[in-house]
Amino acid sequence: MTRERRGLVLALHLAIIAVLAGLQLVLPPFHHGMVARIMVLAAYAIGYNLLLGYTGLMSLGHAMFFAAGMYGTGLTIHHLGAGVALGFLAGLVAGVVTAAVVGLITLKTVGPAFLIVTMMLAQAFYLATLYFNEVTMGDQGFILAGLHLDLGGHRFALANPAVKYNVGLGLFAICLLGSLWLVSSPVGRIFLALRENEERTRLLGYNTARYRLVAVVVSGLISALAGAAYTLLFSYVGSTFAGILYSIYPLLWTLLGGAGTTLGPLVGTLLMTYVVDVASGITTGYLIVVGAMLVVAVLWAPAGVVGGIRARWARWLP
Amino acid sequence: MTLGPHLLLALLEGTVGGLVLALTALGLSLVFGVMRIVNVAHGEFFMLGAIVAWYVSTTAGSFLVALLVAPLVVGAVAVTADRLVLRRIGYEPESTIVATIGLLYILQQVVLMTYGPYARPVAAPVYFRIDFPWFGYSGYKLIVAGAAGALLVLTWVALSRTTLGLYMRATQQDREMAQAFAVPVDRVYTTAFAVGAGLTAVAGALIVPVQQAHYLMGLDALLMSFVVVILGGLGSLRGTLVAAFVVGLSDGVVSVLFSPTLAKIVATLLVGLVLAVRGRGLFGEEGA
Repeated sequence: MTRERRGLVLALHLAIIAVLAGLQLVLPPFHHGMVARIMVLAAYAIGYNLLLGYTGLMSLGHAMFFAAGMYGTGLTIHHLGAGVALGFLAGLVAGVVTAAVVGLITLKTVGPAFLIVTMMLAQAFYLATLYFNEVTMGDQGFILAGLHLDLGGHRFALANPAVKYNVGLGLFAICLLGSLWLVSSPVGRIFLALRENEERTRLLGYNTARYRLVAVVVSGLISALAGAAYTLLFSYVGSTFAGILYSIYPLLWTLLGGAGTTLGPLVGTLLMTYVVDVASGITTGYLIVVGAMLVVAVLWAPAGVVGGIRARWARWLP
Repeated sequence: MTLGPHLLLALLEGTVGGLVLALTALGLSLVFGVMRIVNVAHGEFFMLGAIVAWYVSTTAGSFLVALLVAPLVVGAVAVTADRLVLRRIGYEPESTIVATIGLLYILQQVVLMTYGPYARPVAAPVYFRIDFPWFGYSGYKLIVAGAAGALLVLTWVALSRTTLGLYMRATQQDREMAQAFAVPVDRVYTTAFAVGAGLTAVAGALIVPVQQAHYLMGLDALLMSFVVVILGGLGSLRGTLVAAFVVGLSDGVVSVLFSPTLAKIVATLLVGLVLAVRGRGLFGEEGA
């Protein structure tokens, strides 16, 4: 990437963050809340994309990272009375630990085995949230009331829509710019090499196992960050978020937006969250759109929205 | 009851469960072996089998007819999915996984929209109890186990003695070489997919009188099939059978003595551990 291109790419990403920041002034309340949620979920998709799009590992168990962040944060606040900042940190630690364990277990698996093992482990995690329902409240979950953030002598209630939106935006911006930085860094290049040909990368002298582990942990960390943020902003923790649907969602968001593009996750999440919202008003079987979109994506749009734009008009998109 | 009878009940449940699980997972294993694809919609074929069995046995009034119709209907669904989607993407591994996840939701939600969110049972075709000194055991469950066992043997014979079986084994060993020897690989793929779906549909239909038909029952079937197929090694039918017994028995014992949820947690974790030590499963082929 040349210097000008690098500037252009950064400008584009900053412009998108600016547009999201500006949107809160014009959006009606319903869409204001939707976009706040979408930004947090898009951060989750960014974490997922790092593994699928840039490292070439398809996981079906990311819900356990999202839920690790969620429970790490929720349980420390609910049971130990921790503050928001400490709870958030606990969520991140839980995510990193979970991802490291999963990364180590799956280190040797190749191809479909990786997908199946992550799915199995996520299912064990999900069942564990049900089994230990005295601690986690299982299916019912629990609500965290009256969360607030103390910042520079001011106290912000997280239930306030404006605070919710801007905290979500801030975390999304960190994840977006962080992923942009990571994929254009030397480490990101090695991730790409792993995606293209793991054997050759090893022959070139790279410790592929270590980089693969790093990719899983970073992806898990970002997913857990999104889970922790979701808990704090939407004040609810429940085992639904550990279920398989929440492992399939980021896959769908990433594929629709474009795997291996930095902006794809946002586009896919935005598109799908609204499609699911509209469909759920029409039929109880609204998840059929999730299935239909997945089939559409593989049949007619394998590169996704942003991937298609990149292939046709803007080769410089990261 | 003391531990002894408890254990006997657990072993009985485990044997029945193991045989049904073997039949459920066999299709997944066959499809992976022959076509080299992971069919995430496999559990939905199981669920469809159960739902079709419910429809047929309530409208036609015969459970035996339902047992015959279920695999045919589900097989037809599988052929349609194969022609419309899988063949078009050339069975590319990752696209196929995504497409079958899509198929999973399409089938599941269509059943939700038509059949509804109910769990409905079918009366067992036969009613008798086998009385042990400590507890009575459902005779129908033993018939289920017998039927599953018979179908497993039948599949085994079909694979090792018929031309179609020969084609399937040839395609599994070397697709291109098989094609060079005039094996109609495309048709073998479609047949394998349909047979795999049909077998699991029979398993789904068989257990409706015991477990009820529900639109979400496919996920558990899928996960347990994955457990078994991975433990046994991807692509190894013998491994699948052995693993189904091991998992079925341990599932039965842990379910009866502790809790079904714990049994599922143990089974899924077991898979993770086996793969951590031995990347290709217990009986997996090299490079599978």
